[in-house]
Amino acid sequence: MSDVMIEARGLTKTYGAVRAIDKVSFQVRKGEVLGFLGPNGAGKTTTMKILTCFTAPTEGTATVNGADVWEDSLAVRRAIGYLPESTPLYTEMMVLEYLEFVARMRGLKGPDARKALKRAVEETGIGDMLARTIRELSKGYKQRVGLAQALVHTPPVLILDEPMSGLDPNQAIEIRDLITSIGKERTVVLSTHNLAEVQVSCDRVLIISKGRIVADDTPDALVATAGKARFVVDVKKNDKTEGEVRELLGRVKGVDRVRPVDVGRDELGFEVIPSGDDDLRAPLFQAAVEGGLVLLGLRREGQNLESIFRGLTTGAAPGRPEPRATAPAADDHDDAPTDSAKEA
Amino acid sequence: MQTLNIARRQFASYFNGPAAYIVIALVLTLTGFLFFYIPGAFFLTGRASLRTLFQMMPFTLMFACPALTMGLLAEEKRNGTLELLITMPVREWEVIVGKYLASVGLLAVTFALTLPYPLMVSSLGNLDWGQVWTGYVGLLLEGSALLAIGMMASAFTDNQLIAFFVAGILAFAFVIVGYATPFFPAGLASVVEQLSFSFHFESMARGVVDTKDLVFFSSVIFFPLAIAFRALESRRWK
Repeated sequence: MSDVMIEARGLTKTYGAVRAIDKVSFQVRKGEVLGFLGPNGAGKTTTMKILTCFTAPTEGTATVNGADVWEDSLAVRRAIGYLPESTPLYTEMMVLEYLEFVARMRGLKGPDARKALKRAVEETGIGDMLARTIRELSKGYKQRVGLAQALVHTPPVLILDEPMSGLDPNQAIEIRDLITSIGKERTVVLSTHNLAEVQVSCDRVLIISKGRIVADDTPDALVATAGKARFVVDVKKNDKTEGEVRELLGRVKGVDRVRPVDVGRDELGFEVIPSGDDDLRAPLFQAAVEGGLVLLGLRREGQNLESIFRGLTTGAAPGRPEPRATAPAADDHDDAPTDSAKEA
Repeated sequence: MQTLNIARRQFASYFNGPAAYIVIALVLTLTGFLFFYIPGAFFLTGRASLRTLFQMMPFTLMFACPALTMGLLAEEKRNGTLELLITMPVREWEVIVGKYLASVGLLAVTFALTLPYPLMVSSLGNLDWGQVWTGYVGLLLEGSALLAIGMMASAFTDNQLIAFFVAGILAFAFVIVGYATPFFPAGLASVVEQLSFSFHFESMARGVVDTKDLVFFSSVIFFPLAIAFRALESRRWK
């Protein structure tokens, strides 16, 4: 019929007077990796608990793989592999013993179970750990056991609540690669507050704030629609005053505004907001040289997911993000000649 | 099937931790103490009978059963493993019954370990094995009822200690109330007596199986389990 694997319609969940989520609606298609993004307490986990039938929504409905979470929860649970937040496992069991239990619970028997276990163990790379007690494993390996547990029955839908949290960068990259490869054939919903992960591994991003969805798009589209680029100019301090430099930069064609930013003692920093979409780096360089300035840095910065996320989740009125990034860390790395310019 | 999977895992997990060993040691130690030291239990009566021992056993169950059940749901709730368990294709009653069966199984193993006592006694005199088996059945029934009460307590909290004490207090009340009937007014006394575990257990310890007692224990097993089931299910409509 259609390839919609998960559909949430107007999900609302209240705990007493608190609205954990408020009319959350979205769709996830087959083969899509959906990143669920939001600050702590935004409602990510609540939404996932509803999709996995652990809790029921106060209002609204959801279907997973065509089955309703309330009417046909067993069918939903059969179609899902779930890794809850903080990876709860039976720590007193051995890895293999635990995975065998999960396989039995998933209705796998005999050679089927053995094949499924072998595949899940290979996919998650825990072959050397099978005889270990789960309690003794490192955080990274526990996470893998949690993933293996979710993969044993080759579910069409995977729901992973913060699969990357608490891992060191190497472990996080390994898990991320694993999720990306799994996501090629299956539907994956993962929650995180690591924005870099989302940009790399998700086809679509859903940003949730205070229980409401505030953005739902591909990471690229979100970045593209979030506003114009800006230029950051650093010059060495000389006999020119800050005001003079500012005026000089402001005269460059295509510049809308120039705003001083605080940098080091011997430097003057400016943020240049263009009026159009043109790359102003060349004219800015030209102007600096002609004005007798020593250029220490010149780079273009785009909006990245981080600034969009901040704009969407901290702004008083959720809606369009702030047009300008404020974080100095918000670099568009593909065109950032900052360091080489500084060395020159 | 799911019920048995859960029962099997739970039973194995008893032996992965200290719980099973502590309970077995406790029951065996108390049994030995009651058997050899309590006046009238064995040596002073001069008869090849375990009746007095059976009458004393419920007091050890008052501690043993809550210890076996306190973690069943409470610990899984605290660790979050319940979420993983219940988001597998499993019904709530299968979780409750599976875990309950594991605890009953462990209790049965514990009782099996007390078999050397009747074996020893039968070598000393003419032991009535019929009475011994009904005694064991009675113990298992009473134990199962206490386990069901413990299961119920464990379903309402994520704190094992609370589950243990709530179950222990309820167990104590049900076991002890039979000995307190003289303190109740005449009309109430017979009602209290019917509710007490000891009243229903005693006839079985004597070797008498009455359907009334079977019905009593069956209902004391069923209702707490049904309440535990509701408590587990309630997370979906809260």
